[in-house]
Amino acid sequence: MALLEVQAIGKNFRGLRALHDVSFSIPEGAVHAMIGPNGAGKTTCFNVMAGVYTPDDGSIHFDGKPITGLRPDQICRAGIGRTFQVVKPFPGLSVLDNVVVGALNATNSVARARAEAMRVLELLHLAEKAAHPAASLTLPERKRVEVARAMATRPRLLLLDEVMAGLRPTEVDEMVAVFRRVNQETGLTILLIEHVMRAVMALAQHIVVLHYGEKISEGAPRDVVRDPAVLECYLGEEAL
Amino acid sequence: MSGLFAGLPRRALVAMGVFLLLLLLAPWLVNAYVLSILVVVLYYAYAGQAWNIMMGFAGQLSLGHSLYVGLGAYAAAAVFVKFGVNPWLGLVVAVVVTTAMGAIVGFLAFRFGIGGVYFAILTIAFSEFTRIGFDHWLWLGGSGGLFLPVANLSSNDLVNLRGAPVMFYYVILAMTVAALAFCRWLLASKLGYYWQAIRENEDAAAALGIHVFRYKMIAVMLSSAMTAFAGVFFAFYYNNLFPEQIFSMGRSIEIIIGPIIGGLGTLFGPIVGAFVLNPLADGLAELLQWVGIDVPGVKQVFYGFCLLLVVVFLPGGIWPMLARRLGLERGH
Repeated sequence: MALLEVQAIGKNFRGLRALHDVSFSIPEGAVHAMIGPNGAGKTTCFNVMAGVYTPDDGSIHFDGKPITGLRPDQICRAGIGRTFQVVKPFPGLSVLDNVVVGALNATNSVARARAEAMRVLELLHLAEKAAHPAASLTLPERKRVEVARAMATRPRLLLLDEVMAGLRPTEVDEMVAVFRRVNQETGLTILLIEHVMRAVMALAQHIVVLHYGEKISEGAPRDVVRDPAVLECYLGEEAL
Repeated sequence: MSGLFAGLPRRALVAMGVFLLLLLLAPWLVNAYVLSILVVVLYYAYAGQAWNIMMGFAGQLSLGHSLYVGLGAYAAAAVFVKFGVNPWLGLVVAVVVTTAMGAIVGFLAFRFGIGGVYFAILTIAFSEFTRIGFDHWLWLGGSGGLFLPVANLSSNDLVNLRGAPVMFYYVILAMTVAALAFCRWLLASKLGYYWQAIRENEDAAAALGIHVFRYKMIAVMLSSAMTAFAGVFFAFYYNNLFPEQIFSMGRSIEIIIGPIIGGLGTLFGPIVGAFVLNPLADGLAELLQWVGIDVPGVKQVFYGFCLLLVVVFLPGGIWPMLARRLGLERGH
């Protein structure tokens, strides 16, 4: 059975239909991607899964249990970690303390949380920055702190919202390597929203495409990028 | 509590030890007037530390902390005067009453998503209508005040909290030291991390598994419970309580100005702030009186001036700057 099961979810903001009848599932241990043009509803979909919004229709099951309508903290404790597209670091705390807060989700011991936080920082090449205040970091570094914090909560499913945006190609490759390693070593299931196709093609085994809040295509990466519906929404009808 | 002093540089420990020793010897070193100022300084250092848990650690601005001082003071004084209950038992009553009030304020605000400035206004509202309520509660003296039987100054009776100023000095000194140790422990605990996360960004905190409502409630209830101790001390030290004074907004401001000037969210900020502000304000008032100028409210003007200086030149407060200059670690 799939680890995450999203069934026909819908979400409206006043008159705007942000999501309509979106269904997909992610098996345990897989890496999936969600793509689509700006405003397609990808981040809304994440926020519905992470408990920021309650869906108007449909249901979400995680590990067989319904999680629809739970609060964000309950969803985190259920085993879903997430990053924010617009990064939300704790600016006054050090990089290490930012990640310690995440690690405390899995333990009550601050000492153990610090050790775990340090391990995650090393994994993401942030160890030298551990003592710096998070406010002093560059944007790509802050994105990595977001990832580190979410990973430190010890999730079974990690939702990554555009963590590659703004990175140089070599940095993208580095991040891809990190996620591939974590996925292979710990079996962490990953769903990423990403515009950087270099990362999507390298990581994802399966892609879901959203457009105007609806799922217009899904499947293996090389099939999806040849799907006329996908090409049309990205490039326009004339380009075909 | 074993790691209480861990991570502090040696010179910081020495400086703290010398300072504490001076405070312990103060009754032999200074006259009664200076000692009375030291009591006020320590009182504000303690109350500021309690307030700092809410604002400095968890980021919830209370502008009505006189509510908890007043409730604590009235609760312990009332059971003492009316039923002859021992002040230490009265302290238990005070803590229960005050924590319950903190829980009500916190629940109303956090359950219904009242944050930031609106939360601060709510805290003012609660302290104001409590003040008006006590003004009209004749059983406790109403606006005419509640008086405790004046102490016999020749003998110290710690059990009944009756005695000379020196005894009260040691009581408030012990409270301040205990509050500092307690807050240091809190800040290094899971609770402290979670509070700071909520202070820095609530949405991110929630996404990391933190039940924001619960931890904000803990901050308000702990802060109000600690403030009740200050209220009980106030009642038995001054022996008179007037709703107009003890619940006044001015008193709330006097509690929070120390931590803000000393350094918000730091452990030594409330202490430094209290030690800088009160003696200077008292000295200024004395000086003006000596040259024949008697201006009411000169203290308040002075506080405003200090606040202005700190906001413009030292936004982090005095302590972080001082700690850097002395080569000590910042905050924790």
